[in-house]
Order: sequence, then structure tokens, then C-alpha cells
Amino acid sequence: MTPLLEVQNITKRYGSRIGCAEVNFTLYPGEVMGIVGESGSGKSTLLNCLAGHLPPDEGAVLYDTRADGMVDTVTMSEPERRMLSRTDWAFVHQNPRDGLRMGVSAGGNVGERLMAVGARHYGNIRDTATDWLGRVEIAAERIDDRPSAFSGGMQQRLQIARNLVTSPRLIFMDEPTGGLDVSVQARLLDLLRGLVRDLGLSAVIVSHDLAVVRLLADRLMVMKGGHVVESGLTDQVLDDPQHGYTQLLVSSVLQV
Amino acid sequence: MIHIDNLSKSFTLHNQGSAVIPVMADANLTVAAGECLALTGASGAGKSTLMRLIYGNYLAAGGRILVGDVDVATSEPRDILQLRRETLGYVSQFLRVVPRVPTLEVVAEPLLAVGKSPEEALTRAKMLLGRLNIPERLWSLSPTTFSGGEQQRVNIARGFAHNYPAMLLDEPTASLDPTNRETVLHLIEEAKARGAAIIGIFHDADARARVADREIDVAQFTPKAA
Repeated sequence: MTPLLEVQNITKRYGSRIGCAEVNFTLYPGEVMGIVGESGSGKSTLLNCLAGHLPPDEGAVLYDTRADGMVDTVTMSEPERRMLSRTDWAFVHQNPRDGLRMGVSAGGNVGERLMAVGARHYGNIRDTATDWLGRVEIAAERIDDRPSAFSGGMQQRLQIARNLVTSPRLIFMDEPTGGLDVSVQARLLDLLRGLVRDLGLSAVIVSHDLAVVRLLADRLMVMKGGHVVESGLTDQVLDDPQHGYTQLLVSSVLQV
Repeated sequence: MIHIDNLSKSFTLHNQGSAVIPVMADANLTVAAGECLALTGASGAGKSTLMRLIYGNYLAAGGRILVGDVDVATSEPRDILQLRRETLGYVSQFLRVVPRVPTLEVVAEPLLAVGKSPEEALTRAKMLLGRLNIPERLWSLSPTTFSGGEQQRVNIARGFAHNYPAMLLDEPTASLDPTNRETVLHLIEEAKARGAAIIGIFHDADARARVADREIDVAQFTPKAA
């Protein structure tokens, strides 16, 4: 099997400060990779470098494109990269307001991504949008409401629907369940797991919630001070941590 | 089917003065297809540690753990995940599930993961839940609200949903009433009959005598204090 994403030696500096340094990993189709670490450890910097939101100072992000096979997305032209992030990639922001158009209806938010890839038939777009709102458990009658009239959990689910409507193969998620109450979080986790299994998605998920990554991720990378200090199978890293920092992280979780 | 060579394991506690605790050294064992090996030994002797090493849950310090032709001690995460999906089943003592997922889907999930059709997976899940006496009115509810014994049975149903060629059973008959205990022992015997290699921990001596072909005392794998 060929890898979907190959990350080679990604380094990002903010002046003399290190954002993330020398990160390497390979993601295969259908795999979910979790990135954990304290705040300031470089998780989001890394995710933004991978998704093309930040230019890394060194390294390459090779992606297996549908048309041309393995291509380095760092050196790719801007229009090509934008096309990729509208179609094959998806990015779920921690704050749904960053990933949604708050002044456009829920249906319009989902339809925009479809129109960006060439859909023009209004009826079809609306039908697809209705279908996706149903999949993320938003009632069809809310299709014409604006996201500003939605609760935080609904906004987050709408953001996921908007991102998945173009059937991406790779989804980047920055704290997808951060700031949601636990009942909504459970519903969202269930939804994400089902989507990953049914659609064969690959995902890179940044989170500081170890319980969330245990349920969602197959593999885990632990970051500290911009460096990856440990990586491996999720349950192995959490149940038998090798690095001192991971041991501290795992033993610091409060028991419910 | 399962073959362990010179396996060793130690824990290093970096935050407690870098204490190194050797827990296992020079462990060797082999389990053939259709055979059930019982692990014995006092509490703390390392039975569960050995199971977790075989499942890839703990990282081996040295040696080889062959399940089929995959060496769990050195394989890539993705190979271990494929092994867990297709070849190696594990029935732990605790049920760990996503909240809100109905029991029926919890049990059917391992079958869906190996590509079985939803109808086939649900039919098998219903059959197993029925055999383990989980009342049908509970099937659409999440098992997180069930009693301890019910959760244990859901866990067993999930563990036996797919016909794994190799299985690890951690006290499968603990906290079960005689009828359900009998059903679980039947499931184990059926798994053996279809050629599964099984490693189990059974505190219940009668159950052990009935399903296990051999016993091995893990105390012999405990490193001698130098």
C-alpha cells in the first residue's frame, strides 16, 4: 500500500523560537493519527504546516494526489494547493467560526464547497446539503438558518459537514471536540468514528484530551517543545509510555 | 500460531527517580492452533502483562512475539492494527466503548471492520447477544449503563463476533452466573474446535480444567532479584 501523506523533516521557527522541529511521519489511507502535547508544544504549528496554512522553513509534505501521484505540497503553486484544500483535504478548526461563513445559511455553507468544485444545479446542491445535515444530525428544517443561530455543538457539526461534502481523503482537525460539553462531545466522537470507518478517511487530529485521542486515533505522536518525543500505537503510548514527559502527561489525567 | 522467544519487559519510571522495574525475563512459550493455554500465577506475577505484551499494548524490551508471521515486538503500528483487526482478538475485563453507541453496534463493529456486510454483522451480533442472555430490549441502548455482569457479557460477545485465529482471554468467566458461564465456556470450546489458538487467564479452576489443554506458571518468567 502506498502512503497517503509523507511528512519529512518539517521545521518551523518563529524567529529564534522553535515552532516545531524535524517532524517525520507517514500516514496510510484509513489511518487516524493523533498529536498530543501541552499547549505551546507545537501541535497546531505542525498541523498548520501540514495543511499549507503556514510555510515551513524546512522539510517536505508529500501527498498522494489523485492525478499526479506523490507531490510536495510545500513547493506546489498556490492555486494548486488551494484546489487541494477545497477538494481532497479538509480542515476542521477548533473554533467553528473560523471554518464557517457566519453570514451564510447552513445549506449555503455546505453548498459553497460543492460549488467550488463545479456543482451548479441548485436542486442537487440543496439535496446534498440536506443529506449531509442529516448525517451530522442537524434537522433539515434548519437548512436556511444561519450558523450564528446555532449552538456551539451544532456549529461544529455543520463545520464537519461542510468539510466532508466533497469526499476528502485527508482531514486535519484542530481540537475538534474542544469547548463542547461532554454529551455533544460523545455524539461528535461517535459521528467521526463512523465517518472514518464508512468513508475510509485518513485524519490528523490535534488534541490535548487523551480520552478523545484514545477513542479516535490509531497512532499517537507526543510533542514537547516542538519536538516529537514519542510515537506509536495509541494504546501502547497511553498504557506503556516510554518517555518521561508522556509518563507525566498520562499520570496527570484526572479520573472521572 | 503464537510463539514467544526470550521475551523481556521492564518499566522505567522517569518521574520517580528513574526507577527501573524488571518484570519479565526470558519468557518462552508456544501455542498451536486449536490449543488453549492457561496462564497461572499469583496476582502480580505478570499474567496480564504477558497478555498485553502479546496484544502490543505494552512495548517489549527484548525478544520476539510471533502471532502468525507478525512479530508484535518490532512491527509498525499499522501492521499491529491489521493483526488486531483480522487475526488477534482480546477479551479484556473491562468494556471500553464510545458513549451513546447501541450495544448491537458495539458487538457488530469488529465484523464491520473486517469488511462484512452490515446485515451479516448484525445477524451474528444478535445471535451472540441472544446466546449470552442480554435481553433484546437492551440491544438498542448503550452498554455504558449496564450492570457489571451485563457489560462483561457484551464484551465477550464483541470479542467472539469475528472468528479470530488467535485469542487472548482475560478472566472471561469472572462475575458470571452459572448459565452464562456455561455459554462462555461453550464459545471457547467452539473457538478451539475451529482452530483458534487461545491464551487465557482463568481464576475459576473448574473452567480452567475444562477448556485449557496446558497450564504455564508465569512466576518462572519473573526475573530473579540480583
